[in-house]
Amino acid sequence: MTLEAEVGVFVSGVLHYFGTTVQQAAQCGTPHLALGERPEMSDYTGVIQISGRRTGLVAFTAPKSMLSVMLMRMQETDMSHENLRDLVGEIANTLSGNARRDFGHQFQISVPAVVSGRGGTLDYPAQGRPIVIPIEWRNYHARLIVCLQ
Amino acid sequence: MDAPHHRLLVVDDSNVIRKRIERANELADVEFVGAARNGREALELHATLRPTLVTMDLTMPEMDGADCVAELVRRDPQLRILVISALADKLTAIDALEKGASGFLCKPFTDRQLNDALRKLIGAH
Repeated sequence: MTLEAEVGVFVSGVLHYFGTTVQQAAQCGTPHLALGERPEMSDYTGVIQISGRRTGLVAFTAPKSMLSVMLMRMQETDMSHENLRDLVGEIANTLSGNARRDFGHQFQISVPAVVSGRGGTLDYPAQGRPIVIPIEWRNYHARLIVCLQ
Repeated sequence: MDAPHHRLLVVDDSNVIRKRIERANELADVEFVGAARNGREALELHATLRPTLVTMDLTMPEMDGADCVAELVRRDPQLRILVISALADKLTAIDALEKGASGFLCKPFTDRQLNDALRKLIGAH
């Protein structure tokens, strides 16, 4: 499987999550490489680490406002920090499940972790070139970050 | 009005998912009786709440869903368990069914898919 196809698995996973869980489609923007700088983090980030045929990480990072509205769409009234972390972790968990299904045993995929705050950092591989895919939903902007080497 | 025939215990380490399953259940025959955050809690609640239906996540701290399914079925062979997991590969589903689960639903899911799966579970016996 090419890197492009592998990235496509994660993009499809995120778009499917929106279509299924909040039942409003999200759109994928134009991917770009984050060269010479780490991709910008948003308020909450769910991340999975990957090893095996490729090494690196996949992260979904989203603003609090977006996640709050997603919770509202799920009829959830508690917009607490814990529930916002929980939601972004569930999105990462879904990405992990999709990857296990589509990549099989070529990859080992970690249990999702959650990073709170825009100042957070991710453990990028040394030679990795992060691909940033904008995810647009309603008027909100999230990013999917795929960094595999 | 007749009391619900089925008592539902929800097991998931995600608070958002636990509450969502509770809210989404629209089957008059199914009464939500409790929720657990991991397999160990599920075993404790099973002893006190006596559920007849369980929704079970797989990846959880302390005791994962696969081990919990096996133990619950050992204790209560009539228990009907719907595994709800993001682990979407066939091997995971087969393993859960072999351990005693009655059904498998992939995350993410719609409310309709959840209710259809619960309906199927009730009708499966």
